[in-house]
Amino acid sequence: MLRLLWLIPLLPFMGFALNGLLGARVLPRRAVGLIACGTVLLSFLVSLGAVLSLGSLPETAEGLLIDHDARRVTQTLYTWMPLGEGADGRSIGVDWAYVLDPLSAVMLMVVTGVGFLIHVYSVGYMGHEPRPAYARFFSYLNLFMGMMLTLVLGASLPVVFVGWEGVGLCSYLLIGFYYDRMFDEKTGMSCADAGRKAFIVNRIGDMGFLLGMLLLFSLTGTMDIQGVLDQAGTLGPMVCTVAGLLLFVGACGKSAQIPLYVWLPDAMAGPTPVSALIHAATMVTAGVYVLCRMAPMYVLAPGALLVVAVVGAATALLAASMGLAQTDIKKVLAYSTVSQLGYMVLAVGVGAFSAAIFHLLTHAFFKALLFLGAGSVIHALSGEQDITKMGGLRSRLPWTHLTFLVATLAIAGIPPLAGFFSKDEILWKAFVRHPAFWVVGVAGAFMTAFYMTRLYILTFRGMERFGEEARHHLHESPPSMTVPLVALAVLSAVGGWVGIPAVISLGLPNVFEHWLAPVLPAAAAHETSGYAATAAHAAGPLEIGLMALSVGVALAGILLGWLLYEKRPELPERVAAGARGLYLLVYNKYFVDEIYGKVVLAPYYGLCRASAWLDRWVVDGAVNGAGYLTLGSSYTSRGFDEWIVDGLVNLTGNMVRGFSAALRVVQSGLVRSYATVMVLGIFILVSVYLLTMG
Amino acid sequence: MPVPPTHVLIISLLLFSVGMIGVLIRRNVIIILMSIELIMNAANLNLIAFSRQLNNLVGQVFGVFTIAVAAGEVAVGLAVVLALYRNRATVYVDEVQIMKG
Amino acid sequence: MLAAVAVSSAVMVVLSRNAIHAAIYLVLSFLSMAGLYVILEAEFVAAVQVLVYAGGIMVLFLFVIMLVNLRDPSGSRVGLHGVLSGGVGLAVVALILSVYGRGSLPASSAEGSVLRQGGNLEAVGQAIFADYLLPFEIVSVLLLVAMIAAIVLARPIPKD
Repeated sequence: MLRLLWLIPLLPFMGFALNGLLGARVLPRRAVGLIACGTVLLSFLVSLGAVLSLGSLPETAEGLLIDHDARRVTQTLYTWMPLGEGADGRSIGVDWAYVLDPLSAVMLMVVTGVGFLIHVYSVGYMGHEPRPAYARFFSYLNLFMGMMLTLVLGASLPVVFVGWEGVGLCSYLLIGFYYDRMFDEKTGMSCADAGRKAFIVNRIGDMGFLLGMLLLFSLTGTMDIQGVLDQAGTLGPMVCTVAGLLLFVGACGKSAQIPLYVWLPDAMAGPTPVSALIHAATMVTAGVYVLCRMAPMYVLAPGALLVVAVVGAATALLAASMGLAQTDIKKVLAYSTVSQLGYMVLAVGVGAFSAAIFHLLTHAFFKALLFLGAGSVIHALSGEQDITKMGGLRSRLPWTHLTFLVATLAIAGIPPLAGFFSKDEILWKAFVRHPAFWVVGVAGAFMTAFYMTRLYILTFRGMERFGEEARHHLHESPPSMTVPLVALAVLSAVGGWVGIPAVISLGLPNVFEHWLAPVLPAAAAHETSGYAATAAHAAGPLEIGLMALSVGVALAGILLGWLLYEKRPELPERVAAGARGLYLLVYNKYFVDEIYGKVVLAPYYGLCRASAWLDRWVVDGAVNGAGYLTLGSSYTSRGFDEWIVDGLVNLTGNMVRGFSAALRVVQSGLVRSYATVMVLGIFILVSVYLLTMG
Repeated sequence: MPVPPTHVLIISLLLFSVGMIGVLIRRNVIIILMSIELIMNAANLNLIAFSRQLNNLVGQVFGVFTIAVAAGEVAVGLAVVLALYRNRATVYVDEVQIMKG
Repeated sequence: MLAAVAVSSAVMVVLSRNAIHAAIYLVLSFLSMAGLYVILEAEFVAAVQVLVYAGGIMVLFLFVIMLVNLRDPSGSRVGLHGVLSGGVGLAVVALILSVYGRGSLPASSAEGSVLRQGGNLEAVGQAIFADYLLPFEIVSVLLLVAMIAAIVLARPIPKD
């Protein structure tokens, strides 16, 4: 099975090709769905087989490079960019190679597994779409899967970058899927605009990624990930910091951290399954994944890690606050995603790499579930997305309601659901690093619990606030949609148990952390000194204590939410009225988009206009000037031609005329003069004769 | 008494010169033709004179021929004059300058 | 004596204003020349001269003169042009005269023996038909052609 590594990204690409080329007209609807889901399922099975093989690696295998210590299998397919040899004689080319190690194994399972469930869900959700759009959707979705898998399996940075760009492209395509519709009537943004925004903001991040990649290449002579990491020690902390920060910029773009998060809320313009797959479970986690991949390098750059941690914490808190006042069900979830990504980035920043991946895993489960559930609600209400117009759906949509509840509790961090374990791991590791991080994290957790409860209550409980028309079509979703919901709910519930920390499991090591150990450095260098060391010593009771505290905070958040929205629903109005300014600030997302528009975009547009002006006047001026110059020179030469050349010609003519005028005198037409001349001629001839005959 | 040939030649010369001057001077084309006849006659006279001098009949024979040719030439010439008169209503050479230039 | 007549009448031909007068003088000149021919023992030629020249050609001339209906010539009789032409002619005359001084005439051979055989006419006739038959025939063709030419040229312009 390991030898079939190359098949994993290839299968979805085939699905993309088939559905893309034939799906619109040739294939029946069922076939399209079957192909799309089938390829992903096959990818999942192959991945499963490969991952299981990782557990018991063979000694050697043909075509594979096996490293037993690192539990890593590399399969090189072909030489992609033969760039010759570097100064030390080693090849500096880039090969197209895939690598399977515990880290990429985790990602594979998440991507293919959750991806498959979402594909199945989409069959039901997009069922009303006309066939060309239906096929287009699934071909894009498959393309995305292929790109994401390329990213995950890439053995060298350029291959990863291909996948990186590819998912960015698919994100654009899928966000702007309803290319003919408006997204936000108020700001006049169409779905296509949203897609473009996502792509452009991503691009900014990609610049950072590219620069970091090239910096590493120039100093190490290779772009193979393992090759770079092996040489990381020789680079020096300064280089590692710079490269790390550059790559982090890319991660900010992809994983929606400050300041490049603005695209994600607007990405909700796309169909809900897209939001679930791309913007919750997979693409946005690519940034975190790359950070963890380069962990051995980051460990050598504590400065970079500090920046990462601060940004992550700030994002977590800020996004959570923005989620408090949103009224669109998907937007709340979007800000929640940004916030949770902030937690993952924070984890990376404090050196808890496996914790970050753990949270990535659990977040994929419950966030996907939340989005799919939201999709189910929207589908049931015929497109309504405003939570102020929902309510009382508990009895109407039983499956949706139940699974959504499970997800809400999971994200809030209630044990023994998945979210608790992963989030707590992060909080603990953050505390060890510095208590300030922990405080921020806990505050964010409180807000998370609060706004999720709010969302849940406003959507499912209370009075029904939706219109007559929606009421008519109200129905629970078909099994194609509810079954994935249930599957994800189960995963959200028990998925966290692979990462139960040692302190609770009474001696058993953290399975998840152990699994990732060959790849991720479990402990950062700073943990052996100072405050952190004392904290680590007092690990046991402190950890449990903090755990209890975070659970309490979560419960408090839920309580508050319940209080404000269920018990005394008139309160939120009063609070909002009382703190009008603050409320507006939060509701309008701190006007970040507007600030960007003025500070960044306006000068840029000005620059564009200036360039256009320059082009029109200078460049076109030069071109026109050249044209005029040519015209002028042509006039000159014409004058020259007319005067001199024609002058010569005329001169010749006039000369001839003069001569002929002179000679014409002889031709008088008078016979007598002719006769006279003849006689004269005779006279001359004869006299000459006589004279010479002498 | 035999006429000394020199005399005859001088006579013919005089006739010839008169005829030539006539051709050159006169404007009336008919007079010009007459002058031409004079010239021919002068030549004829020369022929006859030398025929006698050299005791050869050729001169006389040739003289007869000359007269015949002269007759034909006059005929044609006068026909031309007539045609000229019809076209130009004039017989004065000076007034016919079509070939001028 | 005859010579004087011939020459003077020739001069008059050239000099007379009236064309008819000129024609008459020309006839006179021809006749006197015929006399000269007789003196030169060329009776046949003289006869032919009178017949053809004086009889035929002059008649033609007179016809045409009548037809042409002359009027007085306009413009000066003898202009600059005439003087020049005259000068040229005289120059030629002088030239020829100068030749006389140089050359010598061939010696006279036996006089008249050839010319008188069987009378002049007979002698000439024999010469023509014996030795110079071809030129004779050619001359007759020439006369034919001249006749045709004269007719064509003098045809009235067809009115259409």
